[in-house]
Amino acid sequence: MTENNSEQHAIDTSTIQKIARLARMEIQPEREQALCGELSTIISWIEQLGECDTANVEPLASVTGHSLPMRDDVVTAGNEPEAVLSNAPEEASHFFVVPKVIE
Amino acid sequence: MSDILSMTAVAARQALDNKTISAVELTEAYIKAADDTADNNAYVLRTSDKAMEMAKASDKRLAKGEAGLLEGIPIGIKDMFCTQGVETTASSAILKGFVPPYESTVTENLWQDGAVMLGKINCDEFAMGSANETSAFGAVTNPWTASEGPLQGKALTPGGSSGGSAAAMAARSTLLAPGTDTGGSIRQPAAFCGLVGMKPTYGRCSRRGIVAFASSLDQAGPITRDVADCALMMTSMASYDSGDSTSIDAPLPDLMDAFATAKNAGIKGMRIGIPDEYTVDGMPDQIASLWETGRKWLEDAGAVCVPVSLPHTQYALPAYYIIAPAEASSNLARYDGVRYGLRVDGASLDDMYAKTRGAGFGDEVKRRILIGTYVLSAGYYDAYYIKAQKIRRLIQNDFTNVFADVDALLTPSTPSSAFALGDESKDPLSMFLNDVFTVPANLAGIPAISVPAGLSSDGLPLGLQLIAPSLREDTLIKGAAILESAAGFDHVASGAAS
Amino acid sequence: MTDIATSPLVEGRTGQWEVVIGLEVHAQVSSQAKLFSGSSATFGAGPNEHVSLVDAAMPGMLPVINRFCVEQAVKTGLGLNAEINLFSVFDRKNYFYADLPQGYQISQFKDPIVGEGSLRIVMADGSTRDIGIERLHLEQDAGKSMHDQHPTKSYIDLNRTGVALMEIVSRPDMRSAAEAAAYVRKLRSILRYLGTCDGNMEEGSLRADVNVSVRRPGGPLGTRTETKNLNSLRFIQAAIDYEVARQIEIIEDGGAIDQETRLFDTATGTTRTMRSKEDAHDYRYFPDPDLLPMIVTQDEVDALASALPELPDDIRDRLMGEYGLSTYDASVITEERDTARYYEAASDGRDRKLVANWMTVELFGALNKSGKSLENCPISPEKLGELVGLISDGTISGRIAKDVFADMFETGKGAAAIVDEKGLKQVSDGGAIEALIDQVLAANQDKVEAYRGGKDKLFGFFVGQVMKQSGGQANPGMVNQILRSKLDGA
Ligand SMILES: [Mg+2]
Ligand SMILES: [Zn+2]
Repeated sequence: MTENNSEQHAIDTSTIQKIARLARMEIQPEREQALCGELSTIISWIEQLGECDTANVEPLASVTGHSLPMRDDVVTAGNEPEAVLSNAPEEASHFFVVPKVIE
Repeated sequence: MSDILSMTAVAARQALDNKTISAVELTEAYIKAADDTADNNAYVLRTSDKAMEMAKASDKRLAKGEAGLLEGIPIGIKDMFCTQGVETTASSAILKGFVPPYESTVTENLWQDGAVMLGKINCDEFAMGSANETSAFGAVTNPWTASEGPLQGKALTPGGSSGGSAAAMAARSTLLAPGTDTGGSIRQPAAFCGLVGMKPTYGRCSRRGIVAFASSLDQAGPITRDVADCALMMTSMASYDSGDSTSIDAPLPDLMDAFATAKNAGIKGMRIGIPDEYTVDGMPDQIASLWETGRKWLEDAGAVCVPVSLPHTQYALPAYYIIAPAEASSNLARYDGVRYGLRVDGASLDDMYAKTRGAGFGDEVKRRILIGTYVLSAGYYDAYYIKAQKIRRLIQNDFTNVFADVDALLTPSTPSSAFALGDESKDPLSMFLNDVFTVPANLAGIPAISVPAGLSSDGLPLGLQLIAPSLREDTLIKGAAILESAAGFDHVASGAAS
Repeated sequence: MTDIATSPLVEGRTGQWEVVIGLEVHAQVSSQAKLFSGSSATFGAGPNEHVSLVDAAMPGMLPVINRFCVEQAVKTGLGLNAEINLFSVFDRKNYFYADLPQGYQISQFKDPIVGEGSLRIVMADGSTRDIGIERLHLEQDAGKSMHDQHPTKSYIDLNRTGVALMEIVSRPDMRSAAEAAAYVRKLRSILRYLGTCDGNMEEGSLRADVNVSVRRPGGPLGTRTETKNLNSLRFIQAAIDYEVARQIEIIEDGGAIDQETRLFDTATGTTRTMRSKEDAHDYRYFPDPDLLPMIVTQDEVDALASALPELPDDIRDRLMGEYGLSTYDASVITEERDTARYYEAASDGRDRKLVANWMTVELFGALNKSGKSLENCPISPEKLGELVGLISDGTISGRIAKDVFADMFETGKGAAAIVDEKGLKQVSDGGAIEALIDQVLAANQDKVEAYRGGKDKLFGFFVGQVMKQSGGQANPGMVNQILRSKLDGA
């Protein structure tokens, strides 16, 4: 993370396969090689951040500086299974249906 | 007809109130304009029947003297906004056929104020792109063309991700256009198409019902023909929404009043910072000189311009390209073929997920999901994601520091004018660089506006950007009003409907 | 007064083993609506009826937190003597599953709302153990997948999706299945006293993930397995016992334990691997950008603290201190608030220890046997008190009281009414008893002689005869006293 060395941080096909698996996203085998190059370039470019001294800096996750607003414990939604299921690719008697999951 | 299309929203509202034109006439003119300019591919779905019904209802309210702020104004909606009963896809194949049973808060605000819905507008897939080339519906063509030089005769990009919205505005096939801006997606296409585009303070417009790209950065805002329209539309779009935990419960300054004040009294005493770090390598001379001209315009109106330093600017773009993909990789996990959108069958649940997402997402979206997954994964989280969040704080601190001394910052909107379609899409990095001036405001959550300020030597629009502290959209409107009248930008795209 | 328990050890083929157990308990917050959406959190609706557009992860739909759920987490933290974190953060835990519509669970990872606390358990022998609480955080429940409705499909119901859970993580401080069960019972007791979770294990309001490992006494920690989603005390104990035996056998056979997630099969009482290792998760936690950091003020915490009900430990200490009850009796009586209330009402103005005895032995026994709960107990606390009162003032004997109790339990009638009706009143009239004794002695002159000749054991015979003659109603103390003076004093 200190040097801008694209060799050192190159993303190989096994990394592509690993993160594609985590993302549950099929990558065509013929795209894998190209993606290694594209992602390696981007990651190497991102690594210029290593130059910036961030010691003693708190990460900033939200910009508003506000705290979380809270709502009351009142039922205001639901009871519309038709709306909830209206776009479902597959449905059976108000259930979403997916290929069988074996636990 | 051309008279109708050349009216701004403010002028059209006046004409509607004065009954010199009806909402039905106005809407018909825009439906025809959208027909006439269909080649630019700005619309992905037309809702002309609905528009005519809404226009008739507007005319009734106008007759009864019950007109809303945007009564009768025809508007095309970027396909990132969920619209009840109207297909919403974020220009992605994975959402094909998705008909939301709900309306986004921002579009609901527009309809509440009497606006008329023309249809859904093309954008980069999930708003990821800067050229509107990643859309599943195909690229959008900029109605502007180069009058000379190497770009002459080529189809140009309208920018992105709100490329369709900016193209439809420039083609005059919509009178106003709401956009979304995660890293510049309102301001860059506005600049490329000779329009005003504002990204308000983060939290000003509700994100509820807007398809999420990067939640901590996404912000809706107006794309309009001029600054007065921007003030008008912003007033309608903004609202506190208890359905969005990041919504800001603070009153919007009176933007129409701010506009009038600047027009009448100038901006005497306003302090404008010119950030040193926005002078980037390879910036075209004409952009540098336009920036300089803009500074003079503001000074002529009474502003005091001073050089300022935002030392972490160079890290904004790489930090953005960690944070935005990280959030996107998680936000887009819901597109899994179970509850809506595309499903590609598979042997198992995991296989169905992988096939659906593999087929449904385009290359740019996949690339960003992979990057986002990578930077959040075990062993890399601290080095990339936490590092980027630290940089984000440094960038916000930079702005806080300079805003102790100045009211706003002036910068170019983009490092170039519109480029040819297909030119940069092969190289993701050079595409990222389009956002170099716009991204810092998203990271800091502060408002910024792009105003058309002139034409490049080859006759293409160029914009200047003003950046203000949190909640000070009024400062932006004041500065923009000055830039607008000084620039006197009255050019019309060659591809505009007439 | 309270002995700290020593580790019970398990005997293996090659020596002794120490069992190390930690629990992650998921307790459903007793709220009306879900943690981040306005749909109902209640049990038992038709498929996908308690589902909002937020729960179904419709594009652009956003979470907004339920204040009540936050307050219940704080209250629970206070009840566990835990540190309340005024600043906490919601993170996304990213993974794909059919009943996880967002593709992530909103949970708290780095900054939970409640930090370290502790809880005291009491074992049957009266010994106690303090179990450390590592943290409590708020998170969303997942939906439900049904795999038995169709040969090749799973059916998904999102009714539970987004229901508020408190995940309460213990330290690995338990050393036996019995301790783990005592821990869950105690935790459940505290939750129910506080009213923050109904503790209904059958409906899934309280589920435990059990982390088990074994080691040589005092040795380094062994590799642990996590058995998920156990929804009864019986299953928790059975899963632990099975895991302990399995792990000891593997290690003693020279094998090694895989760190893995396991499932408990309720039919066979065994556990099996749930996830293979190549499918190891990388949850990619990061702060949820749809939510802001959550701030709770000290004033809010103080207000919740001052409104906290008396908790089982406080009542137990009071029962032990003021009434002299044993640790175990006091613990049993205070496990449920209803029981403690029943006891307080029943023992008011009565012999406190005697009431405790009657509750823990007779009353709980009868309830257990009849399958009734205290809620629909036929004997009101006042009536039990009345019965004990009758024993204390000598109106009836303890033996007669058992019959009266049985009658009360069956008919719901008052003790005095039954005693009157059946003429069970104890005879404490000295003259009447004396007359009975004289009768018995006269009828058994030979035995009187024998007794006086040195056969002391016959004393019991005379007592029995007198009691028999009185139909069990003679005051046994008086019978003893008068008999002795007649036999010995004459
Ligand atoms: Mg767990
Ligand atoms: Zn959990």
